[in-house]
Amino acid sequence: MFQFEFMRYAFLASTFIAVTCGIVGVYVVARSFSFLAHTLSEIGFAGAAFAVFIGISPLWGMLLFTLLGSISVGELSLHTDQKESSISAISALFIGMGVLFLAISGSNSRYATNILFGSIVGVDQQDVIQLITLSLVVLLMLLAVARPLNFDSFDHIGAVATGLKTGAVGIVFLVALAMSVSIGSQIVGSLLVFILLTLPASTARYIGRSIGAMACWSVLFALIGVWAGLYFGFITNWPVTFFIAVIEVAIYLVAYLIHAIRN
Amino acid sequence: MNQTITQNAVTVTALTMKFDAKTVFHDLNFELKQGSMTALLGPNGTGKTTLINILMGMFPATAGSYTFAPGIKLGYVPQFRNLDAEYPLSIRSFMELNGPLFKSAEFKAEVNHELIETHLDSIQHIRMGEASGGQKQRAYLAQALLDKPNMVILDEATASLDPVAKEELMGLIKHLNEKHQITVLFVTHDVPLAKKYMKEYLYLNRGQLTQGKMTTFTEVYE
Ligand SMILES: Nc1ncnc2c1ncn2[C@@H]1O[C@H](COP(=O)(O)OP(=O)(O)O)[C@@H](O)[C@H]1O
Ligand SMILES: [Mg+2]
Repeated sequence: MFQFEFMRYAFLASTFIAVTCGIVGVYVVARSFSFLAHTLSEIGFAGAAFAVFIGISPLWGMLLFTLLGSISVGELSLHTDQKESSISAISALFIGMGVLFLAISGSNSRYATNILFGSIVGVDQQDVIQLITLSLVVLLMLLAVARPLNFDSFDHIGAVATGLKTGAVGIVFLVALAMSVSIGSQIVGSLLVFILLTLPASTARYIGRSIGAMACWSVLFALIGVWAGLYFGFITNWPVTFFIAVIEVAIYLVAYLIHAIRN
Repeated sequence: MNQTITQNAVTVTALTMKFDAKTVFHDLNFELKQGSMTALLGPNGTGKTTLINILMGMFPATAGSYTFAPGIKLGYVPQFRNLDAEYPLSIRSFMELNGPLFKSAEFKAEVNHELIETHLDSIQHIRMGEASGGQKQRAYLAQALLDKPNMVILDEATASLDPVAKEELMGLIKHLNEKHQITVLFVTHDVPLAKKYMKEYLYLNRGQLTQGKMTTFTEVYE
């Protein structure tokens, strides 16, 4: 299958996406931000639809919307006692806007399907370069704040007790999360990108006992998911995202069952 | 040596704290000597944690001031931590959160030293989520000790521990005070425990503070 250029591009892009989402996922899970990853996927869908409407690349629309969305939702969830309902309201609003943008831009339903469920066929060289660059930016951002981010994510109270300023770290992470949602959506689709941001890292929690170990396991599970997903998608012509979802869920369930039996 | 024992570690002057209209305490004045071992006593809700948070600089007091002597390095073990039973990090990894991303041999040696000091070295690889209450408290303390403080503040560290775990933690705190001359401020509402291990007391009740030797403490409160 590597004789096809688009498959080579898809593998390359997916590899970087898996590494990025796998590592970001460790912090998503540690900070209990799964709901936020989910909401940002929906916001990303609206952003992509908006981009189609005004005629720019969906990736930029997603980046714009998820960046604005993650900061505002992040702030909202920290500072209101009505976290659940306010986030539901925001999700509803964005999905509604996404549907509207798609309808009034007059694009065909195929486009909507690509945004929601991902597509590997359309990935060209320029997309790959963009995705890899953005992935590297996300990873460098995390590396730059790794020490306070680790402390704050895994022991917020302890981090505050040692006088760490945790606010700036939180914002850097929200930006990294928004970017991860946007780049992950390009292959997996906005509907299911939260899978890569939550399941590999949740599985890794059952295995690793240090942040480094959890990050390695999380990346490994994400890679297994996207590589096997691309392979099975190629040979069956079924959606890649379907396979990624099934594989990640299966790995998670196995780890969960082993964990449950041990205890 | 004598010099360091008689110097103040912290001096608190006319400290007042109000939340909106509610006065938690008013015009507190006290000092703690370097190398002292003090219990901060008082019933629940009296403002002990609020006082500590102000001393830690987490929020400002409404009025008054406090000064730590130059060279005082604080370690703080807060009252509540939110680690659930599924918490993944090992005791060692949890401690290392308070350290550099890339661990030098020197830092690893310090972690090993604190693990031995807090009697956690043999269980350093078990998950914090699976550790007992006493092991967790010692891990919190060990994490704070990595900063090499010469004064530690512990807030209700023994509150949910069984008697054996309490004794072990208090023994450790006593050891830190006696062997390493660490100034201790130990917040508790457990008077018998304080009588057994602490030398001085600060008693905060109804917004007022009294201070004295632990052996002379006679207040009774539920
Ligand atoms: N941020 C806050 N806003 C308003 N009231 C507070 C706040 N923090 C503490 N209090 C009040 O101050 C009082 C003292 O609380 P606290 O310092 O936690 O007591 P203690 O540690 O002695 O049990 C309590 O009545 C509590 O309700
Ligand atoms: Mg308290």
